[in-house]
Amino acid sequence: MNDFFISSLFFGVLVSLGGYELGIFLKRKTGLAIMNPLLVSILFVIGILLLFPVDYNTYEAGGKYLSYLLTPATVCLAVPLYKQIHLLKQYRTAISLSVLAGTLTSLAGVLLLSILFHLPHSMYVTLLPKSITTAIGMGVSEELEGIVNITVAVIVVTGVLGSVLGEWILKLFRIENKIAKGLALGTAAHAIGTSKAMELGEIEGAMSSLAIVTAGLLTVIGASIFSMIY
Amino acid sequence: MKHIRQFLIILLFCFLGELLKYLIPLPIPTSIYGLVLMLTALLTGILKVDQVDETAVFLIDIMPVMFIPAGVGLLTSIEALRPNLAAIAVITILTTVLVMGITGITAQFIMERKKDRDDKEVAQ
Repeated sequence: MNDFFISSLFFGVLVSLGGYELGIFLKRKTGLAIMNPLLVSILFVIGILLLFPVDYNTYEAGGKYLSYLLTPATVCLAVPLYKQIHLLKQYRTAISLSVLAGTLTSLAGVLLLSILFHLPHSMYVTLLPKSITTAIGMGVSEELEGIVNITVAVIVVTGVLGSVLGEWILKLFRIENKIAKGLALGTAAHAIGTSKAMELGEIEGAMSSLAIVTAGLLTVIGASIFSMIY
Repeated sequence: MKHIRQFLIILLFCFLGELLKYLIPLPIPTSIYGLVLMLTALLTGILKVDQVDETAVFLIDIMPVMFIPAGVGLLTSIEALRPNLAAIAVITILTTVLVMGITGITAQFIMERKKDRDDKEVAQ
């Protein structure tokens, strides 16, 4: 029977979508932010893999078809961005300055905390691109001689955290403006934050998409400067 | 049939993104090259929004499930994280909260000031 699960191509995707549906169900029943469908589905799949046990590579053989769609979906973020382009023009100062402030906060935060925890230089540069989208972050980490798979792990955790805690953080800082909400989610939690922003509304989603691109590019430049400080 | 043509156009922009990355190999992912290309095509009118709209909305709608495999992939990197786990956890949580807060506050602050200024201009 185990051989069957190991060779099944559909098992991985089935469990992933099942876990997501379970998350939606739990979220609706409990109303708790921690019952985030993405978080629930990740933990559910990890649980299933450990229980049976199924090797990660076997899961990935089916799961990669979900990841495959990520590039087309990200390209499609151009559509909401296009529909909200008038807001982008109207608020360009607020948009560029706030994403710059967020990017500097991320870099400076990692710097100060790395000094505080006496982390080695290699770990410091590994964490520098933690707030940006995976593919740019991997490139930055590699360029600065960081540990790429740790960078990826931290980026994913950041995104999930942003998605789970997002609404709570926005409330905590009294951020009520739709544009500000979107920029905050995208700058702090990249594409995963953006799919949360899309749930809040189209303006939030468009601004969040814009923030992914802007924060990503600013971090490419900023991280190489910050890597020389510590 | 509409969805096939829309998906075709979307994949075309993914492919053009790949091509552009090959020609200009910056540490920027294919998807961002593709996004910028599609936005440019929309803004210049080469591409009409209703040529991709429904499929784009669908793909964005199901986007969260596309992150599940990456999240499950944490299983394979937990060993590498272990030596600095506490420090990494604190840094990840603190910076995520701060970056989101500061970005949002900055944007909100500047927009409110701009709004006040615009209102004054209208009043004069």
